[in-house]
Amino acid sequence: MYTTEMSKTVKPIEVAEDPALVEAFEARVAADEFIEPKDWMPDAYRKTLVRQISQHAHSEIVGMLPEGNWITRAPSLRRKAILLAKVQDEAGHGLYLYCAAETLGTSREQMIDALHSGKAKYSTIFNYPTLTWADIGAIGWLVDGAAIMNQVPLQRTSYGPYARAMVRVCKEESFHQRQGYEIMIALANGTPEQRRMAQDALNRWWWPSLMMFGPPDDNSPNTERSMRWRIKRETNDELRQKFVDITKPQADYLGLTIPDAALAWNEEKGGHDYGEIDWEEFYAVVRGEGPVARERMEARRKAWDDGAWVRDAAAAHEAKRQAKAAA
Amino acid sequence: MSDGGQGGHDWPLWEVFVRAKGGLNHRHVGSVHAPDAELAIRHARDTYTRRLEGVSLWVVPSSAITASDPEAAGELFEPAESKVYRHPTFYDIPDVVKHI
Repeated sequence: MYTTEMSKTVKPIEVAEDPALVEAFEARVAADEFIEPKDWMPDAYRKTLVRQISQHAHSEIVGMLPEGNWITRAPSLRRKAILLAKVQDEAGHGLYLYCAAETLGTSREQMIDALHSGKAKYSTIFNYPTLTWADIGAIGWLVDGAAIMNQVPLQRTSYGPYARAMVRVCKEESFHQRQGYEIMIALANGTPEQRRMAQDALNRWWWPSLMMFGPPDDNSPNTERSMRWRIKRETNDELRQKFVDITKPQADYLGLTIPDAALAWNEEKGGHDYGEIDWEEFYAVVRGEGPVARERMEARRKAWDDGAWVRDAAAAHEAKRQAKAAA
Repeated sequence: MSDGGQGGHDWPLWEVFVRAKGGLNHRHVGSVHAPDAELAIRHARDTYTRRLEGVSLWVVPSSAITASDPEAAGELFEPAESKVYRHPTFYDIPDVVKHI
């Protein structure tokens, strides 16, 4: 894949470009200046951003599926309205991000094609199934919690349109996590069966949530350069550590147990130690072997195909209107 | 030269947007008349950024802007009024739970 290839050829790519331009660019990002669409930027910077922003957008769009699965079965009208609003937000976030990527010269059609053909990646977390209502609580609490942890530093990412999209997303995202945690509070204080459901959801979502931060730093070939270019502001492992430290007390409050026997406070490092992540599983899911990866893509393609008549009708209406105006 | 303001000989109108500093959105600040986009940028610079108000300008032909109908504002925005659950403060999370 392009990801790993790029890191090995980073020098040749830069040499091929005007050294004065590269130097000026490096100085600008080092000074925490924002790069805007019409500014000169190295080709690798542009490509890295197109890949990262479009993957981010795809994740928002595919992310509607596991939760959409529960809209009709939400346990009350209140929960249904909230879940509907949350899923609607995810669609909006996908649109902000596609627009940000388009400022780099890619098109919406190219990105959607890449997603539907299986070429593009999206967050591995959405290839896990939502089996019970407690999963909706766990997703809001853990998955949106991890997403927020990732996205807050991206509000200061060096590419202006991406940073501004992140500001909007972060502002809207905070209700997502709170509604999830509220569901978890209700279940944790409910019947023994509801408590079991809550624990079971935590058991299944904990490790995939930790994987959301991406491969460990020593196996994340692009991290160093992305940090230098201020595309990333914190490394995968730094963010993962923060997430564990913040989430553990939240689980304690619920009276739930994080499914990791190695999880323990380490006074010396001022953070929690935690167990080994199953990276084999992570890479398998990245390769598209997640439990429901195929269903997710089928659902996306079906939604696109089923919506074709709406797009056609809108285009026909506009053509008719123009013909009338010209007459 | 003067047509009493009624002759329809004004240069086209352009809406002007200024980016105050790097990283911020361009914001609408007003408009200028100009015969073409290039002069519109120059007029915008002279009219709206004489005191370093910005680092970047956009000009858009005013005729290219479609505005929502003020008469329809009520029904257009009403749906959001009842959806208080879109705000984080709607949810009861005890103060002892941090970072959420």
